[in-house]
Amino acid sequence: MSETWIILGASSSMARALTRKLAERGDSVILAGRDTADLARDAADARVRGAPLAEVMAMDARDPDSFTPILDRLAACEGTLCAAVFVGSMPPQDHIDADPTLIDGVVTDSFTGPARFLQALAPLIEERGGGTVVGVGSVAGDRGRIGNYVYGAAKAGFATYLSGLRNRLNRAGAHVLTVKPGFTDTAMTWGIEGMFLVAPPDKVASDILRAVEKRRNVLYTPMFWLGIMTIIRAIPEPIFKKMSI
Amino acid sequence: MQWKTADYTGWGRALRARGTLARPERVSALSAALMGRGPAIGNRRSYGDGPLNDGGAAVVMTRMDRLLAFDPDTGVLEAEAGITIAELLRVFAPRGWMPAVMPGTGFATLGGSIANDVHGKNHHGAGSFGQHVLALTLMTDAGPREVTAENDPDLFRATMGGQGQTGAILSAKLQLAAILGQRMKVTETRIADFDAFIAAFDTSQAEFTVGWIDATARRKRLGRGILEEGTLVEGTRPGPLKRALGVPLDAPGFALSKPVVKLFNRFYLSRVPDTARKRTRPLDDFFFPLDRIHDWNRLYGKRGFQQFQCVVPLDQAAALKEILTTIAKAGIASPLAVLKKMGPGRAGHLSFPMAGYTLAVDFPARKKVPAIFQRLEQQVLAAGGRLYFAKDGLAHPDSIAAMYPELDAWRAVVARVDPEGHNKTDLVRRLKLRS
Ligand SMILES: Cc1cc2nc3c(=O)[nH]c(=O)nc-3n(C[C@H](O)[C@H](O)[C@H](O)COP(=O)(O)OP(=O)(O)OC[C@H]3O[C@@H](n4cnc5c(N)ncnc54)[C@H](O)[C@@H]3O)c2cc1C
Repeated sequence: MSETWIILGASSSMARALTRKLAERGDSVILAGRDTADLARDAADARVRGAPLAEVMAMDARDPDSFTPILDRLAACEGTLCAAVFVGSMPPQDHIDADPTLIDGVVTDSFTGPARFLQALAPLIEERGGGTVVGVGSVAGDRGRIGNYVYGAAKAGFATYLSGLRNRLNRAGAHVLTVKPGFTDTAMTWGIEGMFLVAPPDKVASDILRAVEKRRNVLYTPMFWLGIMTIIRAIPEPIFKKMSI
Repeated sequence: MQWKTADYTGWGRALRARGTLARPERVSALSAALMGRGPAIGNRRSYGDGPLNDGGAAVVMTRMDRLLAFDPDTGVLEAEAGITIAELLRVFAPRGWMPAVMPGTGFATLGGSIANDVHGKNHHGAGSFGQHVLALTLMTDAGPREVTAENDPDLFRATMGGQGQTGAILSAKLQLAAILGQRMKVTETRIADFDAFIAAFDTSQAEFTVGWIDATARRKRLGRGILEEGTLVEGTRPGPLKRALGVPLDAPGFALSKPVVKLFNRFYLSRVPDTARKRTRPLDDFFFPLDRIHDWNRLYGKRGFQQFQCVVPLDQAAALKEILTTIAKAGIASPLAVLKKMGPGRAGHLSFPMAGYTLAVDFPARKKVPAIFQRLEQQVLAAGGRLYFAKDGLAHPDSIAAMYPELDAWRAVVARVDPEGHNKTDLVRRLKLRS
């Protein structure tokens, strides 16, 4: 049975890579994001690759009014509904230091916006009795670091939200996967100093699909990030606070 | 818009550039990046300085890689220029279509294949890549603009093989070729020497041909090698997609030293029995044999290597033999060289192909290489042949001007669309193509 996936933040290169794989296995996709003119090209790509249906809908994580038409559209789709959330924003920490009001936007983009959307979608998923929610967090959410703790805090909030949603949707036979990518070769990381072991988005997308099939709960991708983060999480706070990693 | 400063090279790694690179993923980001006033580049599978802009900006097109439309009845495909040839083959071969022309690496992008008007193992029949392009969309300051052979024939021609000088290609419409199946029946035949190779090419009836030669063999063995002839046959892909192997580190200097290369060549040649051998191979394996080893260019070590590729007219086979003699005598070992017969097909003013024979040889970057190259360059010029920009890092402006008689016509078109020279690359400057 083919599924219908709503992809939030569909212009990101990770989202694009996942969309392609879904299209090639015959799933339908609804691509939501801000740059709808460009998303039309992604929708065309999905159709050529085999998606029976590929549509574009305007969505802004900071504008909950934009969620309503998308939820209505999903309600009208038959069969299993799935969602993948790639939205998030990461302004440099020094910009945030200079203008703390930026925090609201980061938290909305990376946490409360998508959470609000998923909260409204949850009853629909429960009604259909199945489906998958893929939420993309970040290894940055595992520990607050001097370099990007606002972004990290938002992603940590989102991860906790996803854990609760998993608990809830599990009762209805639906599954929630939390993805924590390490450094990925995207427009967001292009040109940022200090990146290492950068994974191509295509690899992250394959890992996500495999984890969905195996109904994994939390995925670190590439895998070695689980090891790295286990160590980083284990560092006692008195020591961690003096480190700059 | 994000720019990063990076050191980067072409595939041969002998020539380097330091400059700013952007890699847009959306049309709006691409427009913004092009305001940085640099050329568009692809996957940097050109060997020399074609995809370099030292001290300036360049826009990496590899993330502009979407399929935009496909008509399964006609095989007409529209796609963004950053998509790779291998990806097109992967997606469309199971549906009975493939790019009509494919270079020897699947990592080349659609845009790069147009900008070098590349040729494949079927050039003698199918012509060059650009001959299967129906329309192009070029980025201009006023936005994307569709260019066809009808609405702007000069600009269309100048873009084919035009080294990116007419502006960034956003997307192109291609006529794909219908295929019976996903299998290539390949016949490999041992060839004793150069003359026998020419004779074999002249009598071959196969749609796909390529000759692998041992450029280190001399005298009686000069030009010995293996002729591969391929015919498309019905059937699904034999075997699953294989994972490529990688070369994690630059090889030490001795890896391609003379004895190692000689051994390699002997081993390679002896794979094929005296009598011809027939095999059925997956298409990607046949078209992109070297792609199985990722980053194989690192085998040449830190200093990198240069490739010499020339074509000479049909009646100049003897001159090509002399060229090969110069190479063999010079004793600069190069594991594998390629010999092929070409047809007349070409799509642009600066397209490489001509009806004749083409030879491609790798030289590890050593002190004496430029001097040897210069001799070869003169031999090619005297034979009425030409050198290939996609491979070049060592040629000189005067001989290039003589090899490309349509250079002035091309310059006039390029001056119209890029009067300020924003799209110049290191190769364009070195060979004085624009002035
Ligand atoms: C192993 C190997 C085998 C090869 N075999 C063959 C062969 O059989 N036949 C053959 O013809 N070639 C062959 N080549 C050469 C290769 O096909 C060409 O160099 C091709 O142009 C590489 O494409 P690219 O995307 O890497 O382009 P790059 O090398 O990155 O760029 C090449 C040129 O294209 C321009 N360009 C790239 N993208 C765009 C764009 N979107 N808009 C405007 N300009 C653009 C650049 O400015 C530059 O001038 C081979 C190369 C390798 C490494």
